[in-house]
Amino acid sequence: MAKGRRYFGDGLAYLNPSDLKGRLIAIEGTDGVGRSTHIELLQEWLEVQGYGVITTGWTRSNLMSKAIEMAKQGNILDRWSFSLLYATDFADRLEHQIIPALRSGFIVLADRYVYTAFARDTVRSGDPAWIRNVLGFALVPDLVCYLRIDVDTLALRVLESKGINFWESGMDMKFGTDLYESFKKYQGLLIEEFDRMAEEFHFEVVDARKPLEEIQDALRARIQPLLRNERRLASKQSSPSGTESEQAPSVTPAP
Amino acid sequence: MTPPTHSAPSTFTFDQPHQFPGKLIVVEGIDGSGKSTQLLLLKKWLESQGHNVIFTEWNSSELVKETTRKGKKSKSLTPTTFSLLHATDFASRLYHDILPPLKAGMIVLADRYTYTAFARDAVRGVSRSWVRKVYSFAIRPDLVFYFKVPIEVAIDRLLGGTRGQFKYYEAGMDMGLSQDVKESFRIFQSRILAEYDKIVEEYGLTVMDATQEIEEQQDHMREVVTKALEQYKPKRGGYGKRAAIFWRRFGVPQPK
Repeated sequence: MAKGRRYFGDGLAYLNPSDLKGRLIAIEGTDGVGRSTHIELLQEWLEVQGYGVITTGWTRSNLMSKAIEMAKQGNILDRWSFSLLYATDFADRLEHQIIPALRSGFIVLADRYVYTAFARDTVRSGDPAWIRNVLGFALVPDLVCYLRIDVDTLALRVLESKGINFWESGMDMKFGTDLYESFKKYQGLLIEEFDRMAEEFHFEVVDARKPLEEIQDALRARIQPLLRNERRLASKQSSPSGTESEQAPSVTPAP
Repeated sequence: MTPPTHSAPSTFTFDQPHQFPGKLIVVEGIDGSGKSTQLLLLKKWLESQGHNVIFTEWNSSELVKETTRKGKKSKSLTPTTFSLLHATDFASRLYHDILPPLKAGMIVLADRYTYTAFARDAVRGVSRSWVRKVYSFAIRPDLVFYFKVPIEVAIDRLLGGTRGQFKYYEAGMDMGLSQDVKESFRIFQSRILAEYDKIVEEYGLTVMDATQEIEEQQDHMREVVTKALEQYKPKRGGYGKRAAIFWRRFGVPQPK
C-alpha cells in the first residue's frame, strides 16, 4: 500500500514519498464539530493496541503559529496571504512531523487536513483551483473521515461549549454585523463545500449529530481495516523500498 | 451581501496583461547586478517628470521577515516553507502596496518580483510548475528589466562596494554548498543565473548589460520606459501642487 503513496499535485520534488510506510488518517469537519475529542480517543485506542501514534493539528507548527496569531489580530487581511500562511504552516508540519513519522511507521492522526484550507479559500474566492495547486505538495491520506453536521445543531453545540468567535463566524467576509447570523451563513457555506468535497475525494462520512460513543465506534470501524491490512502485508512481504525514480535534482538544506 | 461562493474568480492573472490604468515596472537580477541602483535612478527621473511613483521591495513585510529570521536561527526552513513564506510576503504586498496604486493609475516600481521566486526556488529544488501556480494570482508587469551580470563582477561589486559582505540566504548558506561564504555565493548564484536565462526566454524579459557604466544603462532604461509609457495617462491627486502654493504664500521653504 505504501508504494501507492502519492502527492495531490506537484509534490515535493526533492522527496520521493514511496518509502513512507505509516498510515495517514485525516479527521475533517468544520469548527466545533468535535474533531479533537475524537482524535484523543482514537489515539488512546490505537496505542493500547500497540501502534505508534502522533497527532498533528492546524496552525500547530513551530515556525508559523506565532505569525498566524499576529495575522489573526488583523495585520493581514487578504485571501492569498491568509491561505499562504496556512499553507506554510502545513508544509512545515508535513516535512518536520508527518513525513518523518510516516517513514518510521507511525500512524498519523491529522486534526484537519488540506481540505479545511480548500474549503476556507474556496468559500472566500469562488476559485477552487488555486488553493489546490498551492497545496499540491501534500500527501494524499490513506483515509479521510468527515464529521458531518448541520448548521443548526452546530450553532447550538458551539454556543453550549466555548461560544462563537470572530473567525469561526467568518466576520472577515462581511456578511453583516450580527455574529450569530454570520456564523450560520459562513459555517453553512463551509459545510456545503465539505459536502461537495466528500464526493470528489471520497471521504468516509460520519454523522456527527449522534452520541459521542456512536461516532467513536463509527470512526474505529473505518480505521480498523486499514490496520489489519497493514499488519498482514508487513508480515507477508517485506519489500525492499523502491526508490527508482528521483523526480528532480535534489538540493536539500541541512535538516 | 451575496455570499461569494463559486462566483467569478479574480479577474487578473499572471497569464495576461492587466487592465489597470497604472503601470508596473520591475527590475530583476542577482545581488551585485546593480538593479537597485538603476531602479533608484529611474525613480528620481520619473518623479522629476511629475509622476507619482510607488516603490516596493522583495521580502520586506515585518511578519515574514520575523518568521524567516526565526527559521534561519533554528535551521528549520525547507525549500517549500522558504518558498511559501516569500509568496505570503508577496501576496501581502500585492494587496496592500501594488494593487491600490495600479488601480489609481500610478506607476509602481518593484525591486524583484515573482521571477526572483521562480529562479531561487527552482535552484533550491522546488518544482518549477508548482511555484508558477502558486504565484498565478500575481499581476503581470508592463515591463521587466533583467540585469545580466557575470558572477565574478557581482562578487567584486559586493566585496568592494557599499555592502562589503554576503547575505546568508543570498549566498545559499542554508544549502550546505560550501562552508566558505564567498564560494557558496559563487556556486548558488551561478545556478540562479542559469535559471534566470531560462526565465528571460519564457517571459520575454528585457535584458540589460549590467557590466556597462551606470549612466549608460540608465539612459537605455529611460528610453525603454519612455516608450512603454507612451499610452500612459498620468493621474495626480493634486495635493503636491496645492501644498506648494500654500507654502509659497508664507515664503517658507517647502517641506520635503
